[in-house]
Parts: sequence; structure tokens; C-alpha cells
Amino acid sequence: MAGVSDNGNLLRVRELRVYFETDDGTVKAVDGVNFELKRGETLGIVGESGSGKTVANLSIMRLIPEPPGQIAGGSIEFNGRDVLKLSAREMRDLRGCHIAMVFQDPMTSLNPFMRVSKQLMEVTQLHLGHTKEQARRHAVAMLTQVGIPDAAERIDSYPHEFSGGMRQRVMIAMALSCKPQLLIADEPTTALDVTIQAQILELIRKLKSETGTSVILITHDLGVIAGMTDHVTVMYAGKVFEQAATVELFERPGNPYTKALLQSVPDPTSEQGKLFQIPGQPPDLANLPSGCPFAPRCQRAAEICTREFPPFVQITSNHYSLCHFANEVYAESAT
Amino acid sequence: MADFEKKDQPVGDAELHFGPEYAVAERDAGEVISGEIVAGSSLWRDAWRRLFRNKIAVCGMIVVILLTISSVIGPTIIKRANGYTYDSIPKDASLLKSFAPFRGPNGKFSWAHPMGTDNAGRDILARVLSGGQISLMVALIATLVSLVIGISYGAIAGYVGGRVDDLMMRIVDVLYSLPYVILVIVLLALLPAKTPTGQLAELFFALGAVSWLTMARIVRGQIISLKNQDFVLAARATGVSTPRIIFRHLVPNALGPVIVYATLTIPTVMLSEAFLSFLGLGVRPPRVSWGSLAAEGAQNLAIYPWQLLFPGVTMALMLFSLNFVGDGLRDALDPQTKRQ
Repeated sequence: MAGVSDNGNLLRVRELRVYFETDDGTVKAVDGVNFELKRGETLGIVGESGSGKTVANLSIMRLIPEPPGQIAGGSIEFNGRDVLKLSAREMRDLRGCHIAMVFQDPMTSLNPFMRVSKQLMEVTQLHLGHTKEQARRHAVAMLTQVGIPDAAERIDSYPHEFSGGMRQRVMIAMALSCKPQLLIADEPTTALDVTIQAQILELIRKLKSETGTSVILITHDLGVIAGMTDHVTVMYAGKVFEQAATVELFERPGNPYTKALLQSVPDPTSEQGKLFQIPGQPPDLANLPSGCPFAPRCQRAAEICTREFPPFVQITSNHYSLCHFANEVYAESAT
Repeated sequence: MADFEKKDQPVGDAELHFGPEYAVAERDAGEVISGEIVAGSSLWRDAWRRLFRNKIAVCGMIVVILLTISSVIGPTIIKRANGYTYDSIPKDASLLKSFAPFRGPNGKFSWAHPMGTDNAGRDILARVLSGGQISLMVALIATLVSLVIGISYGAIAGYVGGRVDDLMMRIVDVLYSLPYVILVIVLLALLPAKTPTGQLAELFFALGAVSWLTMARIVRGQIISLKNQDFVLAARATGVSTPRIIFRHLVPNALGPVIVYATLTIPTVMLSEAFLSFLGLGVRPPRVSWGSLAAEGAQNLAIYPWQLLFPGVTMALMLFSLNFVGDGLRDALDPQTKRQ
């Protein structure tokens, strides 16, 4: 087991399947997803809403609501240990201490009835065995580190006395309190306005370089991906569509879906009147077609696409694409 | 007063309903003007402020406090001053009859018995105050039991959900469907008490056992609506254990309705106790409660109306006041439900 982590992998997700039983049938929210994350690196996960980004990452922390959810298969190796085989007790020790998470909406992620100090102190008292005084000092230091002025005085405020950006800072302070090895940031800036977004991303980047924490950044903002990540995983319909180093993915995408996503990003310098848009809707995950799930919306779709599920093609040593025409798309992107 | 309505109300509402933008904007503005950091104003403090603005609730609170204090210390004072208690029967045989309020043995005005005496010549004021002790104690203990059992039971059922929830709430439904008087009668009949204190303990137990049912339902409903919120997921993601999430994170968020219901449980239980005592199932002599005093007084209503009047009025006053406080609390903790 130890050998797995030796090649620098902190996290290795293999063939992860997460299914939800609903009245409409089994929804395969995540269906055979693979990705890995090396120590100190940042992995970006992009995809439309409902592509399984969040579910995949909640599975890493085993926070899928069960029932109706269920991790139907695969393995999640964190530090060489399969997270899915840990006991509830071991899992609790892992959460918040080794793997921490920052959520999308800072407005609702803090308990409105608890002082911020108490919520911050809870983490270190729980995992690091801090006494009240130690925890308090640590909490003040963390708040100062994430850039909250007058932290010592503001720490006893209630969450409603903080603005959205401040609250996200508090969430980040809480997440990093125990110096976790992995920080999962699930759309940390979606609910914030643009200037605050930039500040929060800058903060995550700064703290990452200071603490050496690995980061998984979930977002649907390709601009964020470009600026923050080393590797990218593109997800669609619960499957990984493309995986590559960030620079490579932006320069030479090997999947029509990624290409379409990149095309959809508005370019402030061009004079084009109309924005590009991927036609159609994401598929119903309870009734997936037998072929490629993207085929109905794909500009390149051929007859084979609706008939056969595409292979996961290795284009270069660390560039993979789920497409019948991966190599062709890759070649076309070069020009 | 008009000023309050215009300025303060919207801010308070926004805070209670976690409309963070408004509240924060308001605070930030305050900070800039005063140049210092405003002390954290909790949701509770805002609720207090609204409660104290409600005149009826404040009057209710004053009456409740006065009645409670006089019940607690009144009997001792009377004993010190006049030397008699709720069950001291005068030795002089000529005094063994019911005197009207403020009347002495010779029919003249006297301060000795402001509420008169009962058939055995016992001071009704002392009896009403002592009865108040028992009535309040029964109500408080039964409410406490209902809080402890109701909150734990409802919170666990609501948070765990699924089959556990189904089973737990069906048990509540079954208990609900039993008429509590019969339950209490059976309980008291099955466990005949040896002493008056034992009898009292059984009454506590019997009333507590039925009063937690509604509390459990209320808490369960609150927890279900809260448990899917992000802050619960965030707490789980930081490794907080399930019991801690339930009791430290969720229950405090559900406390508003719980406090309101608990305040309204006190008069309900008090009334139940009075009802049971009236039927002779509750407090037994020599101990007295407002219910047993009313039962005694009712027998002599035609000749000695004050025997019923004083315990009855005192109890009614207490019940009204408690209900006003409860209503005031409800309005203060949840301004949206307040009728306009």
C-alpha cells in the first residue's frame, strides 16, 4: 500500500462510482471517475452543473447523503489508505484535520447561532486537542492570516455581522486551522462578487504556497482554472472527459467538449456580437444514452458516437481524452 | 412609538431571518459613524428588545414574577408574622369555622386573614401561597422533563431520519392518542404512593410523561428543516461527531420555538395539575395546590364564596400572565408570524 503514495500521489481516485436511487431510477452522478493529485499541486475540476464535480469530492470526504446516495464502487486512496474502508471514527479524524473543505456559499456555511470564535475553536479543540486558550489564540492567528482586520475583537462576532467575503475568509481559516494536506474548494468564489473573488483566490494561492497544502479547486469558471491550477479534469455527465496539464489543456484540447467550453468563454478583446453557446441541455443522468453522453450536443458527432461509448484515449503521457476522435481533435487543436 | 415601527422593526426582522446583507450594511454604517467596533448583537438580544417593547408581555412577566416570589417566600413571612401555616388549625374551638376576608372572630375588621379562613379555620392566604409553591413546582418540573425528553427525542428522530424516525414518531403518535387523564389515573393506581411526597413525585412523573410529546414533534420538525443546511455539512466536513452536531449545532438553532412552546407548556401543565387535583387524583391533603384549594372551595361555593374565589383568581391570573409571556416570546422570536 505504501508504494502507491511513493510516487508523489497524495490522492488517487480510481473508478469511483456514486449512484443515487431516485423515483426516476438510478442516477449515476459519478460513473467511473479517475484522477490523482500530487503533493503540493492544485487540481482543477471543471464541468457544467450536475456533471458530478461536487458529488465526486463529497465522496472523498464520505459526505454523500446515504440514502439515497451510495458509493457503488471504486477506491479513493488518500496517503495510500483507502478512504472508503475507514471506520466512521477514523473518517471523522480525517475530516477537517487532513482533508478540509470550503463550500460554495459562505452565507449559509457558518452556523448563524454560534459565535465565529466558537466555530473556529471547535476544529482545533477537536483535532489538535487544544485547550480553550490555545484554540482561541490559534483562531485569532488564523483570522489574521486570512486577512481579517482586528481579528482579536471581531472573533466573537456572529456570522451575520460579517460580509460574504469575510465569511468565506472565515471558512478558509477554519479549513486551514489544522494544516490539512488536502483542501477541497468547491466553487469557493461562485457566490461572491468579482473583486472579492479575486481576493479570495489570491488568498488561497498565498496560503497554499505558505503551507504546501494540495488543493482541489472545483469551479465552472475556466478563467479561475487557468490562473490557479497545475492540472485539469473536465467532467461531463458523471464521467471524466479530459485530463491534462492546465497549459496543455488550454492550448491543445483533445476533446470536443473541452473545445466547446473554451469557445464559450467570452473574449473581452474580440468584437464578436454573439457569445458561443453549447446547444442543448446536459443529459438526464437517470437515462443516459448508450453512446457518448455528449454526442447529441457535439459538433463533431459521427454515427459511431451515438452507438458506442467512447474510449478513454491516452494522447500524450499525461493527456487523456474520452472521445472516439481524441487524436484527431488534438491534432486539429495544434493549428 | 411610531418611530420604532419605522426604523427598528425592519432591521430586527432582517437579523432574525438571517437576511445578512441588511444586517451587515446596517452595522457597517454604524461602525463608520461611531468609529469603533459595535459589540456583537446576538439574535437573542434583538429578541429581548422586541419582548420588552411588548407591554402585555411585560405586564405578564411582572405578574408571574410577583406571584412566584410571594409563593416562594410568602408562607415563611406569614409564619414569622402570625405564627400559622397552610395546615395549622387553631386550637380554640370557636375559631374552627370559615371567616370572611378581613373579618376577625367577633365579626369586626381584622388584618389577620386578608382572604378569610376555610372550614377548619386555616388561613386562606397562607394556603393559596403554599398551593402556589406546589402548582409552580409541578409545572416547572413537568416542563423541564418535557424539555429534556422532548428535545433529545425529537432531535434524534429528526436528524437520523428514515426508519428510526418513523418508529420513534409512531411511538409518539400512540402515546398522543391515549387520553392523558386515563394514563395518569392508571399510573397513579398502579403505583400507589406511600407518602404525600411520593404522591407528588408520581404526579410530576405522570404529567412530565405526557407533556414532552408535542415538544418532540416541534423539535423534530425544526431539526428536519435545519439538517440539510450547508452549515451542518460544513460541520460534518470538519469532523464534528453526530451527537455534537445535533446538540451543539442544531438544537440551539431550534431553540426559538422550543422556548415559546415551553413557556406555553407551563400554564398547560399547571391547569392539568389543577384539573387532576380537582378530581382528587393530584395533590392530596395535607398538601395543597391551587387545584385542590379550588376543589375544596367549590364544595362551599354558596355559603363561603371566598374559598373558591381567591385560589381561582390567583390561578387564573397566573395562567393569563404566563400565556401573555408566551405569546410575547413567540412574537419576539419570530416576528414574521405576528399578526399585523
